[in-house]
Amino acid sequence: MDFLNAIVALTNFVMIPAVAYGSQLALGALGVTLIYSILRFSNFAHGDTMAFGTMMTILFTWLFQSWGIGFGVLPTALLALPFGILATMALVLVTDRTVYRFYRDQKAKPVVFVMVSLGVMFMMNGLVRFIIGPGDQRFADGERFIIKARAFKEMTGLREGLAIKTTQGITVVTAIVVVALLFWFLNRTRTGKSMRAYSDNEDLALLSGINPERVVMYTWLIVATLATIAGVLYGLDKSFKPFTYFQLLLPIFASAIVGGLGSPQGAIAGGFIIAFSEVTITYAWKKVLRYLMPDNLDPDGLVQLMSTDYKFAVSFAILIIVLLFKPTGLFKGKSV
Amino acid sequence: MKKLMMATAALALTAGTAYAGGHAKEVKLGVLFGFTGPIESLAPAMASGAELAMEEVTKSGMLLDSATVTPIRADTGCIDNGLAVANGEKLIAEGVNGIVGGDCSGVTGAILQNVAIPNGMVMISPSATSPGLSSMEDNGLFFRTSPSDAREGQVMAEILQEHDVKSIALTYTNNDFGKGLADAIQTSFEALGGEVTIVAAHEDGKGDYSAEVASLASAGGDILVVAGYLDQGGLGIIQSSLDSGAFDTFGLPGGMIGDSLPKNVGPDLDGSYGQIAGSDSEGAAIFAEQAKALGFDGTSAYASESYDAAALIMLAMQAANSTDPAEYGAKIMDVANAPGEVINPGELGKALELIAAGKDVDFQGATGVELIGPGESAGSYREILVKDGMNTTVKFR
Repeated sequence: MDFLNAIVALTNFVMIPAVAYGSQLALGALGVTLIYSILRFSNFAHGDTMAFGTMMTILFTWLFQSWGIGFGVLPTALLALPFGILATMALVLVTDRTVYRFYRDQKAKPVVFVMVSLGVMFMMNGLVRFIIGPGDQRFADGERFIIKARAFKEMTGLREGLAIKTTQGITVVTAIVVVALLFWFLNRTRTGKSMRAYSDNEDLALLSGINPERVVMYTWLIVATLATIAGVLYGLDKSFKPFTYFQLLLPIFASAIVGGLGSPQGAIAGGFIIAFSEVTITYAWKKVLRYLMPDNLDPDGLVQLMSTDYKFAVSFAILIIVLLFKPTGLFKGKSV
Repeated sequence: MKKLMMATAALALTAGTAYAGGHAKEVKLGVLFGFTGPIESLAPAMASGAELAMEEVTKSGMLLDSATVTPIRADTGCIDNGLAVANGEKLIAEGVNGIVGGDCSGVTGAILQNVAIPNGMVMISPSATSPGLSSMEDNGLFFRTSPSDAREGQVMAEILQEHDVKSIALTYTNNDFGKGLADAIQTSFEALGGEVTIVAAHEDGKGDYSAEVASLASAGGDILVVAGYLDQGGLGIIQSSLDSGAFDTFGLPGGMIGDSLPKNVGPDLDGSYGQIAGSDSEGAAIFAEQAKALGFDGTSAYASESYDAAALIMLAMQAANSTDPAEYGAKIMDVANAPGEVINPGELGKALELIAAGKDVDFQGATGVELIGPGESAGSYREILVKDGMNTTVKFR
């Protein structure tokens, strides 16, 4: 019984949140990594692209709610998601036409692109705040929990509760579906293959008749989709706030770099590594150990490796170690 | 190029004289709050509060030589010392006669050290509550209309004890304000015999707090006290604790009290309690009415303190018969405290008239202002209980 309690406590406070957070980071990192491998720059505007996509989805959600359209036990935002994606696609394509294409024609250096994306980031930052305001927006509706902590306790008679939120379930399922689709697209379709060819060797790809503008356009369309989905999942699970999305850029980049910039598999692995390292290394094991150890060996302290203040230090320490010993990341991406 | 330089210089000169000419008629006050960053949802109401006082004074036409008071807004970012200091200097360059601000404790200390003291500028903060600011050398230039967190720690400990809480888990937002408040709560609560199982910091602006909540839950405790911001990490911690079933009840100090919290968290927050600086003075109600008429929420956190901060500067100017910070700074304590005629919100014109006639005033304002010691509010607190999704006032302490 005690053993079960320990497992449940660990699952409830460590495994479930980390898996959900990891999936959200992985989707974000996938977008960053695609831009890096195909357009060859680190897109700092990614966090704010996510914010824009989420904002549009929220606006459509409100519209649907005002029409009385719901999605049963699932959040209405899932219905609004395709429209949010379309709006974000329009935004990134306009940005590409008006801003990035100019620098692409100039064959600008990657660092110039990074700076340009920084500028785009501030523009989107302002745009989102201008439209929806700086405050917190909650737009999750439908059934909130798959299992509630209290219900689980009553059901099993255990002392520890286990809670799984609907949004956590949706996050994981959606992430799996999206990643499967993405890999199918990149590996099996003609456009996907031409994107990979363009990423591997631009000159050869151009020689074999691949239209670069098409590749760039498809990349932006996929990135807009990924960013909006990641943003909406994150917003459903936590809440939407422009400032938070802007800050999300750091763990997303950490994930992409740890996994190997330019490698989609790496982005996914990186997302989970960052999420798990943030949660597990700073976890206080007191509760779990109290169940597992005999009574006379109960720990007095918190049995915490380091305080949660250091959780960001942990993910960045991992980042630095990876860059020192494996500069291309765990999955052989491009060296940064 | 030379011509351009000449022209610019000439223009600057004439502009300078034009300003000097208008000086007697115009008083400029900086409104230096965090319009972006962690408390960006509180700042607009705070600024409106400060500007309400200025408008009232301008309309009365009683300040000095019937001067108009112009607010100049600038941003601190709440946690961005660089931005705050740069904007503080910008205000000085624009020739302000006083600063209402800053807002968050960290940036307020930075502005005080780097802008106010070197330039001899008076600043009154409505919301910086770090105990560290009490002992900071300020040359008599810094005041605040909010009490120090050391006092809030005591009040919170008493409230916890009355609720029969034996042990608490404590988390704070990782900055001057959070750390100071957490220390105050911990010392006061332990002095009353309570146990603090864990003190853990959280960072603002991150969406995911599962790691923090996991540790807090592991440490356990009767309730979780969240010394953070209601728009930021504080909200995330509460939401995450409720979702995972870690804690059901929360202790909510000042930074966590606001309408948005019960609205965002929903019915699960019912039964949580806390306190925020505030008083049952009649001024509070008058101010709330005035604010409502202008379309902003006067009960929003620190809006009334902002009104008082701006009003104090202008009353002190009248008392010193000068807009020079070096002269009116010394008068602030006089107009804020007894003896004298009690002044409520909406009576600034009357107050200015009384001062001009050489009489004493005791400015009560919207928060029952009473400045003590190093120029900070003595601190009466409103005890809050979250009931039916609303912050309800239990009583005043």
